[in-house]
Amino acid sequence: MAQASTAVKIPANVTTMQDAKREQTIAGLTFIAPAAVIFIVFLIIPILFALYISLTNWNGISPVFEPGAYEFVGLQNYRALLIEDGIRQADFFKALKNTTYYVLGVVPTQTILALLLAVVVNQRWLKGKGFFRTAFYFPSITSSVVISLVFMFMFTRGGVVNSLIGAIFPNYEYVNWLDDATGLFHNILGLFGVTLRSAGEWSRAEFAGLRLWDWVSGPSITLLTIMILNTWTTIGTMMIIYLAALQNIPGQVYEAAYVDGANTWQVFRKITLPLLRPTTYFVITLGLIGCFQVFDQVYVISSGGPAKTTLTIAYLVYNNGFQNSAMGVATATAIILFVIIFTFTMLQRRLVGGEQADT
Amino acid sequence: MASITLPAYEQVKEQSPVIRFVRRVLPIIGIAFLILFAAIEIVPFVLTVANSFKCLQAVQAAPQAFIPVPPFGVECRNESGASISPSEMTTGITFNPSMEGYREILLSNNLPRWFLNSVIYAVAVTLLRLLLDSMAGYALARIKFPGNRFIFFIMLGTMMIPGIVLAIPRFIILKQIGLLNTYHGFILSLGADAFGVFLMKQFFESIPGEIEEAAQVDGANRFVMFFRVVLPMATPALTALTIFSFQGTWNNFMEALVIIGGNVDLLNLPLGLAILKGAFGETLRWHSFLAGSVIATLPLAIVFFVFQRYFVEGISYTGLKG
Repeated sequence: MAQASTAVKIPANVTTMQDAKREQTIAGLTFIAPAAVIFIVFLIIPILFALYISLTNWNGISPVFEPGAYEFVGLQNYRALLIEDGIRQADFFKALKNTTYYVLGVVPTQTILALLLAVVVNQRWLKGKGFFRTAFYFPSITSSVVISLVFMFMFTRGGVVNSLIGAIFPNYEYVNWLDDATGLFHNILGLFGVTLRSAGEWSRAEFAGLRLWDWVSGPSITLLTIMILNTWTTIGTMMIIYLAALQNIPGQVYEAAYVDGANTWQVFRKITLPLLRPTTYFVITLGLIGCFQVFDQVYVISSGGPAKTTLTIAYLVYNNGFQNSAMGVATATAIILFVIIFTFTMLQRRLVGGEQADT
Repeated sequence: MASITLPAYEQVKEQSPVIRFVRRVLPIIGIAFLILFAAIEIVPFVLTVANSFKCLQAVQAAPQAFIPVPPFGVECRNESGASISPSEMTTGITFNPSMEGYREILLSNNLPRWFLNSVIYAVAVTLLRLLLDSMAGYALARIKFPGNRFIFFIMLGTMMIPGIVLAIPRFIILKQIGLLNTYHGFILSLGADAFGVFLMKQFFESIPGEIEEAAQVDGANRFVMFFRVVLPMATPALTALTIFSFQGTWNNFMEALVIIGGNVDLLNLPLGLAILKGAFGETLRWHSFLAGSVIATLPLAIVFFVFQRYFVEGISYTGLKG
């Protein structure tokens, strides 16, 4: 078939090889041009533009192409964010601390829960698989704003969550989930009598505008609420991805292992997990990229408060750029965020993705 | 060899009572775990729908009533104009539904307009992406031209750029070319996406090229061939792309905030709800906000339940490719 068609192809309407090549080039460029224009105007130029703006002190209001709208300040914005003491640095490191706690809390939790749920749903004896898949996936298709409103409704002081816990534990003191700046670890340590006062001199030392005690206090209760929200939303997507990968593992692999005398735990640990490695890499990458950029939920639920404990890097960018008229600083922050995401993605590629050496 | 394998196999059969007990109990724990999490995922939606049909006073009343019983269409104020008490509409876990929340959210602000905007954005962006992404994906998969691979890697690279990095320069560029706070500005910005191009390219590479060759022999021009022969074969990929684009645009928040956030008549539903929430401050009128949430979710929920299979397939497809 293929041979016959190439044989007929030559006399058709193409005369020489060069004509064919030119036709291909023109066709290729025509097909890709519309998408390419959109990419260039709305993606490539903005990226280059962002790099440039991060080196200026533009305020975002004066027309950018008029002379005198801004000054070129070199790396000043980056210095103000990373090195020089002051409000910029303090805000950036607060946001970095919050975002890091957020990522470290959400990514492992959602990955492990999604894997466990997928393993259970994948069991042959389980009935109603479709129901569980739907139940877990539905939150992922819902708008982040709607999910945020729903969670606010449930986590308000007089809301469902507090009344439920109160009904189970009569001594429970209602928690102000949506407006509580105290850190999680701070509260736990407090239960054991460890406080800022009793912790010792070190805890009052400052690093990057924040007391060491605040660095180790953990996510605030409000940030914790947003972490629960995000975990709750994304488990479904991650579970579906794991489930698809599990269903791709041929049954003979397990049978062979059981015949060889392996128990369930050994099979899971030595066979399932290693085979799922590429999937785990993918799920963690998705989680990292998503979590580092958390914005919508913060905008709707807390606007960065209380006491800046839910200020995330993405929200700081928005706040500086569009509320405080500091576009230069905001863009520099955004680019640092990109570098952080890129570094973490590469790092975990080495840890989880690449070589299979240590199995 | 056989004599070694056999005792090992026998050993598995005669495990200690502890291991046998664990084997019995493990499925039960598994199911309990699954049901617990399924409940955690579902209950918030049930409560949202239930409370959107309550009067404001009854919204936070404990226990949470979630089973609607007649009479329907309760008025939240009695003849003298005073609000009715929660006990007048709820009994235990049953309640008499009211349309008050829906009336309030639909009549007192721009919500119907925002709904229409959401439909316009989602449909326009989806159509544009179907066309542009599949054309670009086809070129990258099938046509050999200089720069082919380079363009592909640039497109792939843009997938790693966080949306917030693009927000500010996009804002500036759209402002400069006069597209800020316009329908077409928002639609064009989202009109082609790297993920879609990638999806279509993968798909075109997976189908055999003979049919196109045959069509070419017949003298069909490339464009005619693309629309008449190639696209009809790509239905599965186009379905996945439709679902992802529609869902993504319908729920879009950050780009909407930056590009169309300046004109209250242009907002989409999520942005409208978020701005409305901001305006209310601490005392939210929960019944109407939950009604708004239901309205914003319903179209997607319908699409989801109709095309559920494709959602799941699409997600697994991207997962395996990743």
